Amino acid sequence: MAGYMMLDGNEAAVQAMKMAKVKVISAYPITPQSSIAEKLSDLVSDGILKAKYLRVESEHSAMSAAIGAQLTGVRAATATSSVGLALMHEVLNVASGCRVPIVMPVVNRALVSPWSLWCDHQDSMAERDSGWLQLYCENVQEVFDFVTMGYRIAEHEDVLTPIMVCLDGFFLSHSMQKVLIPEQSEVDEFIGDYIIKNTYLDPTDPMIINNLTSPDEFTEMRYQQKVGFENAAKVMDEVFLEFEEKFGRAYRAVEGYRLGDAEAVIVSMGSMSGTVKHVVNMLRSEGKKVGALKIVSFRPFRNDLVNEMLKGIKRIAVIDRTAGLGSQGTPLWHEVCNSIDKASSDVIVKNYVGGLGGRDISIETIKKVFADIMDDHSQNRSPVWIDVKENAMDIRQVYINV
Amino acid sequence: MFDIKSEAKGLVSHGVSACAGCGLELIIRNVLEILGEDTLIVIPPGCSALFCGYGNETALKIGGFQGNLENTAAYAAGIKAGLEMQGNNHTTVLAFAGDGATLDIGIQSLSGMIERGDKVLYICYDNEAYMNTGIQGSSSTPQGASTTTTPGGKVTPRKDLMQIVIAHRIPYAATASPANLADLKRKVKKAKETDGPAVLHIHTPCPTGWAFHPSKTIKISKAAVDTGAWMLYEYDNGTLKVNYKPKSLKPVGEYFKLQGRFKNISQEEVSIIQENINSRFNELLLGS
Repeated sequence: MAGYMMLDGNEAAVQAMKMAKVKVISAYPITPQSSIAEKLSDLVSDGILKAKYLRVESEHSAMSAAIGAQLTGVRAATATSSVGLALMHEVLNVASGCRVPIVMPVVNRALVSPWSLWCDHQDSMAERDSGWLQLYCENVQEVFDFVTMGYRIAEHEDVLTPIMVCLDGFFLSHSMQKVLIPEQSEVDEFIGDYIIKNTYLDPTDPMIINNLTSPDEFTEMRYQQKVGFENAAKVMDEVFLEFEEKFGRAYRAVEGYRLGDAEAVIVSMGSMSGTVKHVVNMLRSEGKKVGALKIVSFRPFRNDLVNEMLKGIKRIAVIDRTAGLGSQGTPLWHEVCNSIDKASSDVIVKNYVGGLGGRDISIETIKKVFADIMDDHSQNRSPVWIDVKENAMDIRQVYINV
Repeated sequence: MFDIKSEAKGLVSHGVSACAGCGLELIIRNVLEILGEDTLIVIPPGCSALFCGYGNETALKIGGFQGNLENTAAYAAGIKAGLEMQGNNHTTVLAFAGDGATLDIGIQSLSGMIERGDKVLYICYDNEAYMNTGIQGSSSTPQGASTTTTPGGKVTPRKDLMQIVIAHRIPYAATASPANLADLKRKVKKAKETDGPAVLHIHTPCPTGWAFHPSKTIKISKAAVDTGAWMLYEYDNGTLKVNYKPKSLKPVGEYFKLQGRFKNISQEEVSIIQENINSRFNELLLGS
C-alpha cells in the first residue's frame, strides 16, 4: 500500500532515487550542499539501497563519474546546488551531448558573489542552455513525483536527454511536508529497469564515445539534441497523463490557475507559485479578476501552451528569482514575451525580479505585483525589482579618503 | 573512410596520425598488447586522443570514452563502479592521460581516485609538456627545458608524480620507459593484476616537442635512464624497488645535448640538476 510520509524536499528526492534503484552514486558536499548525498549514503551503508557510493572530491568529478557509470548501463545519481552546479558546467554539456539521461535534483540556491546559502534560481538559470531538461517544483510532493517521472522522460529513446529537477533551497529542500509515496512495485511498473540505448561502454561490443567531430557533422549532432527536446515535450505530456492515471495526481508542463475570466495573470516557477495561487484566491474573493500560470517545464519551454493559456489576457506579470543582469529582462520573461502572439499589441508583459538570495516572496510581494500590473500606465518596460529596499545603493558603501 | 587492406596485428590500427618517432604510439601499442580486449579506456583531449579517432573512425579496437582534460580518473572510477554493480569484475578500466591532464589539471581527480581505492589502472604518459596544444610547459616539464611558455628554460624542478601517489599509500605504482619494453610490459601486467588503484608513470620522448630527430626516440629514452634523468623503479605494497641500478649514472649533460629543448641551458643549471639527480637516486637506493 502506498502511504504518507513527512519528508523535506531533500528526502523526497532521495526516496525517488532510491525507488528508481540507482546503482552508482557520486556526490560531493560543496558549500552550500544539500543533505541528499548523505541520505543516499545512509541507505547504501544500511544495505537498503544496493549501490556503489563514490565519495568523490568535487562536483565536477561527481558528474564525470555519474556519466562514466551510466554509460556502462546503470542509473547513476548525484545532486547539487549553487556553485556546485556551476562547477559541473563543463561536464553537464558532456552528459547532454553524449545523450546520457541522468536525473539530477538541483537544490536552487544563489550563485556567489556575494556569498549566500539561500534560494534563488541563478544557478539553474545559468545552465538553461546546457542541453538538460529542467522541471521546477512547487512543493515536496512534486519533488518526488518529478524525479520519478524524470527517469521516464529522460530515458525515453526519442529523448535521451538528462534532466534537472529543480527544488527551491530551504523553501522546499528543508520544508517538511506530507508526501504520498507509492509502493515499490508501482514505481517498478512505472519506470522499469534501465535499458541503455544509443551509446554504451561494453567491452564485448566496443565503441569509442565522444571523439573529435568535424564541422561537417557537429551541427547535425546538435540538431539531434534539438529534436530530442522537441520529442521531450510530447513524451512529457504522455508521461504526465500516464502518471495521473496510475497515481491520481495531475501535472502539466504549464499549469493554469483560475485563468477563466482573468484580466491579470502572474507567471511564476517553483515554490512561489503556491503563494501566487493563494493570493489569487484572496483577490478573487475581493472580486478582482486575477489568475496564475505556473511553468513546470522550463526546458523545453512550452511556448505553445503558454500562448494558448494566456490568450486574451492583457496584463501579464512575470516574476523571476534571477536578476537577468545586462539583459532587457529575466530569462522567464524573455520566454513568455516570445510565446505570445505578436498580433496582440495591447498586451502588457511586465518583468519582476524578486526573491533573490533567500528573500521570501511573501503574500505582500505578490499583492504588490498584482497591484502594479493592474495599474500600469507607464511605457517603461524595464524589469521592476519588486522587493528591493529603498536604500539599496547605500548598502556596504565604501568611502575612500573620507 | 579508408579501405582496410590488412588487419592491424594488435588492438591499435596501423597508420595512426601520431608524429614520426612518437614515443606515445609505441607505448600504447605495448600497453594494449598486455591488457587485451577486455579493456575500456578513458582518454582526455591531448596527444593520446588521436587514438580515439575522428568522426566515424577510431584507431582502437577496444571501447572507450574521450573525457575532458581534468577528470580522466573520475570518469574511470564511474565506469569501474558501473561495471562492478553489474557483476563485471574482470574488465580493466584504463585511464590514459598525459602529464598536463595528470599532474596539473587532473591531480585532484587522480588523488580522489587513489584515496578511495577505485580499481583503475591509471597511466600517465609523460612527454613533459602540453604537446598536442603547442608545446606549452606543464608542472612535469623538467628544469631547464624550453617550451613555448618557458622560452628561457623552466626555472623550477618538475612535480614528482611518484612521490605524490606513494604518499596515498597506493597498492602499486611504477615508472617505465620505452628504453626497456620488457620492464614496461611486466609492470603493465602487474598493474592490471593489482587489486586496487595502480599508477604507471611512463617516460614518453616527443621528437616534435623535445626537438630531436624521429629516429632517435629509443636512443633518447635510454640516455634518460642511463643518466638518471628518468629512473626506473616501482612501489609494490609499501616496498620500493629500483629496477635499473647502474654502477654510476652517466652525466645528465649527455642526455640534454641530444635535444633542442635544452640547448640554452647553462653549465651552472646542469650542475644543479646533476646534484638533484644524484641525491634522488641515492634516496631511492636507500629506500629500496
